[in-house]
Amino acid sequence: MSVVEKYLRVNKMPHIWCPGCGNGIVLGAFIRAIDKLGYSKEETVVVSGIGCSSRASGYLDFNTLHTTHGRALAFATGIKVTRPELKVFVIMGDGDATAIGGNHFIHAARRNIDITAIVFNNSIYGMTGGQYSPLTPPGSKATTAPYGTLEKPFNIPELAKAAGATYVARGTSYHAKMLSDLIYKGAQNKGFSMIEAITQCPISFGRRNKMGSGADMLKWQKDISITVKAAGKLPPEKLEGKLIIGEIYNSEAPEFTEQYAELVERISPKRGEG
Amino acid sequence: MKTVKRKLLQGNEACAEGALAAGVRFFAGYPITPSTEIAEIMAAKLPRLGGRFLQMEDEIAGMAAIIGASLAGTKSLTATSGPGFSLKQENFGYAIMTETPCVVVDVQRGGPSTGLPTSPSQGDVMQARWGTHGSHPVIALSPASVRETFDLTVKAVNFSEKFRLPVVLLLDEVIGHMREAIELPDYDEIEIIDRKKPQVPPEEYLPYKADEDGVPPMANFGDGYRFHVTGLTHDETGFPSNKPDVSAQLIKRLNDKIEKHKDEIIITEGYQLEDAEVVIFCYGCVARSAKRAVKEARESGKKVGLLRTATIWPFPAQVLQKSVKDAKYVLVPEMNEGQLLEEVERAIGCKLKVEGLNKINGELITPSEILEKIGEVI
Repeated sequence: MSVVEKYLRVNKMPHIWCPGCGNGIVLGAFIRAIDKLGYSKEETVVVSGIGCSSRASGYLDFNTLHTTHGRALAFATGIKVTRPELKVFVIMGDGDATAIGGNHFIHAARRNIDITAIVFNNSIYGMTGGQYSPLTPPGSKATTAPYGTLEKPFNIPELAKAAGATYVARGTSYHAKMLSDLIYKGAQNKGFSMIEAITQCPISFGRRNKMGSGADMLKWQKDISITVKAAGKLPPEKLEGKLIIGEIYNSEAPEFTEQYAELVERISPKRGEG
Repeated sequence: MKTVKRKLLQGNEACAEGALAAGVRFFAGYPITPSTEIAEIMAAKLPRLGGRFLQMEDEIAGMAAIIGASLAGTKSLTATSGPGFSLKQENFGYAIMTETPCVVVDVQRGGPSTGLPTSPSQGDVMQARWGTHGSHPVIALSPASVRETFDLTVKAVNFSEKFRLPVVLLLDEVIGHMREAIELPDYDEIEIIDRKKPQVPPEEYLPYKADEDGVPPMANFGDGYRFHVTGLTHDETGFPSNKPDVSAQLIKRLNDKIEKHKDEIIITEGYQLEDAEVVIFCYGCVARSAKRAVKEARESGKKVGLLRTATIWPFPAQVLQKSVKDAKYVLVPEMNEGQLLEEVERAIGCKLKVEGLNKINGELITPSEILEKIGEVI
């Protein structure tokens, strides 16, 4: 049995993802990270929202929770706060995490709660058939932007960092090994970790924007990516249109559930008192 | 020796006390008048009991977090008011569909929209019933006193655990903010119901296979029973299915599990009903004025009785039918435009005259207003 099969609910296949979709690669990177971390299936919880990527929870053989659109982090917060010993992962899409779920995203980061969030960014609302998201590159076409988008996209890592996340990284489905390493490292961070995974959607995004097949879009990921290290050596004007990948931010700050446990300890009546 | 706890409490305080007595150890919510005292008390008391309180980023997150906590095995509750209850509706439906026990307290205020934040209303009766989309069951309880607020909060938690669904406790601004000297029961003597656990090993566990009572046993996340929870229509394994028969069976079972246990869920109080020609049917704060009106009417020789329901949903149609058997007239005073009136008419049919007495200006319906209305009939 392959490593991937070990953690998949194989009897739930075939999955719903389209041919050429990058979600399977991201899921594979996630599974390999879990395997390397050595977490048991029983102690691992995967919470997802609504959308193509959020269907991943149903394929994974852990405690899995497929929630409502945008709210996965809020559900996950309830689980983590009451059972801090569980390893809680959240899978969201770009619209799920930053449009309808944007508020939960920044507040989970602000609390620095020990949850690892993986944002599958395919630049589009795929499940509903290709409407533009807060991550659709400007000028791109979408069913709800037939003349090209006017809106400026979010930079998800910068958003997470500014909001208080203590581990922030970005990978792509082309750089699958690196992505797995980033998830592995993010999971070990005691605090809120956010890994953005750029993934291709040839059907609902690529086709309308003449980006070719799934393989062509993987090449596009490769061409526009530059590592954090390499980017550091270039002047800002040379980074225009580039996608910085790798570990973007890593710091230490008090973790929410630990702070809460300390609070409980501090206010609990001491033995012998009263 | 039994110690009697005599306390001067506000309805909202009694609600928080009842929740803690029932074993609630997680609260997540968002500040909103006139429910905020409940959150404030939980914030102070829960950590001392080893529980957790979270002030979330919005109402939606509060509902989501209590569902998450409940799935992880902790009894959970949130408190809000009309506008917040509206925001919670999608996840409320999620709790119904995923059969996750939890309690939503809605301290009703004037609406629609921001309305009258500090004034009472009973405008959320239908929001409690049909606020979330789809054909679904609901349990909604509405107390008429501070002591009953304590009792019904315990009941709400117990019902949610027993039947695996979110239960609504409909308070109103009068009950929530009114203070009464009450005697609390000995907490050790309160009946506490916990969700039933699976009796099979993890590999045989079907998370949505119901027992004969229509309720499936519930494992906690992290206890070794790995399963999938989704708001999508699902089969007994918990995984999505869009087969028509699976979908129909699931929705039928969700509704049946409450319908079947209606008699246990419906709590009513009859007062001077035996020979009543006029029956007042009401709930919540209005029942206090109604009781006074009945007393005064009886003193002047008028045969008036009261049927007060503490359970709004499921609607106590049979109890009502029995209570009005010999009556000529039914009056339904409500602090809305007649939300339960139509249910009353539906239950009684056109056999006798049914009228509403409705007030939506943020003031409580008074005994004299009820007496005046009765005076028009007898």
